[in-house]
Amino acid sequence: MRPVYMISGGITKFAKAHPDKDFRLMVKQAYDYALRDVPKFSKDMIDGAVGSYFSDHFTRQLKAASMAQDYLGLCPKPSKRVEGGGATGGLCFQSAWEAVASGRMNCCVAFGFETMSRVNTWKGNEFIALASDTNFDFPVGGFYTGYYAMMVRRHMHEYGTTVEQMAMVSVKNHMNALYNPYAQKAKRLTIKQVRESPMVATPLTMEDICTMSDGAAVCILASEEVTAKVCNRPVTVTGVGSGSDAMRMADRPHGNVILLPHERESDYAHLKYPGVHSFRGGRMAAKLAYQMAGIRNPIEELSFVELHDAYTSSEIQTYEDLGLCKYGEGGKFVESGVPFMPGVDYGLELPKQGRLPVNPSGGLLACGHPVGATGLMQAVFAFWQLQGTIKKHLGNDRLQVKNPKRGLIHSHAGTGTYITVSILEAP
Amino acid sequence: MDPLIIQDHYEIDYRHSYAEDSPFFVALTKGKLLGSRCTACGYTYATPRSHCMECGAPTSWHELPLAGRVHTYTTCHYGGELFLKETPFTLILVEFDGADTLFLSRLKGAEPEAVRIGMPVVARFAKTPSFKVTDVWFEPA
Repeated sequence: MRPVYMISGGITKFAKAHPDKDFRLMVKQAYDYALRDVPKFSKDMIDGAVGSYFSDHFTRQLKAASMAQDYLGLCPKPSKRVEGGGATGGLCFQSAWEAVASGRMNCCVAFGFETMSRVNTWKGNEFIALASDTNFDFPVGGFYTGYYAMMVRRHMHEYGTTVEQMAMVSVKNHMNALYNPYAQKAKRLTIKQVRESPMVATPLTMEDICTMSDGAAVCILASEEVTAKVCNRPVTVTGVGSGSDAMRMADRPHGNVILLPHERESDYAHLKYPGVHSFRGGRMAAKLAYQMAGIRNPIEELSFVELHDAYTSSEIQTYEDLGLCKYGEGGKFVESGVPFMPGVDYGLELPKQGRLPVNPSGGLLACGHPVGATGLMQAVFAFWQLQGTIKKHLGNDRLQVKNPKRGLIHSHAGTGTYITVSILEAP
Repeated sequence: MDPLIIQDHYEIDYRHSYAEDSPFFVALTKGKLLGSRCTACGYTYATPRSHCMECGAPTSWHELPLAGRVHTYTTCHYGGELFLKETPFTLILVEFDGADTLFLSRLKGAEPEAVRIGMPVVARFAKTPSFKVTDVWFEPA
């Protein structure tokens, strides 16, 4: 395998609905933004593309990625669609990485989109729940928030995690997004407001859950040769990993923890793993990505993380899967202030505020979650962070992490069925 | 010009086979809960599958006890459109003695505030089967 660089990225504003543009135009706008950011780059340097969108039900147009491909003027270059539930965008990013790393392509475009506004919210929830076993899970009351609520209930039981700790994630991500003009749902919240918002599935309230969105995102990945010609601040993709777990969470084993280099077996002597409280696929993805990137202790070696916070609870669970803290310490981790941005007043007591910002962009909770675009959106924000160009792209530098060296992006599907972790490094 | 927006209806009936899982659904009509036990390693599944996820060997049908415990729970106040009219409803994962995995079901007949992890529950079966997994649900023991 050879080195792979991200040389540009673009995103549309994520919104409840974009009735004035279809998915092709959204992708085109994100693509044009990415092209404008590398003026020396030309379309004939592109060898092919990978498109991602999650749901044929939402799109009601099979082979929609072919329509984006022709709209971008990339025919007859190689193209394919990648689909993997909520991790669709992360899988698309890694698929483009594979094309360049293997030498098959010198430059590959990853584009993703979702148009979720075409049905009402509850029909949308039904579509999403069809990504659970339709014989044994869906008919019982197919609802992803219900599934995540059961998982976090068990996390609370195992570790003493509290709803207030979960609400702190909501406060953090919604408030970060106040400085991100691409975000759909930026606002100042208190823990009390999160808890008093309508209950969706106990213990998760409306403000614990990301919203449905329309949006698109594009990443351009390239070999060293192409990169040297067009980009003076490329970001290197130094690690990719992914993992999986059983579709039915009822089927998850209760065995031993997959250890990261900085952990010992004795840390988890009595823990039954993953059960339904943790994401084994996320741990596997992290382990593989860290191995490739040479990371021994993620909390010391990462500058920021953009992770898949479809729920406040899953952000806490993911801190642990990624080894930012030990299993069981996710609630205390957010309470300590470590994952908050430095220099932002959240109205909370945060003794270690800003040591490792998680979801500086506002994450899915505040940016929105147009599924096929989401994992690529994380890559674009991480790219801008590592280039130090947040001010240029967001119009202000409140979310710029100071001198970032390494960022982690994490994309997550189903109840943890596919998960990707990719590591990006500054020039 | 404002975008032109139309309503577009879509509906379809599927012919769905439970295939190798069929005995589970038939057993529900007889008041039995079937799981699977691996013929090679003995791993026991509370939700059936015809091959073992651990070792790949075929499984045999294994009758589960009708009493179990709540492993985790939630009460849904919203849901997918299909289930909205049934809200609020309580979902549980059930654990059984002698089974290595869990079973997703509804808990009926309990106040949401009274549900606890570890709470004993018993299976109840529909008198008129619909040949769906909802032909079984649980109630407090």
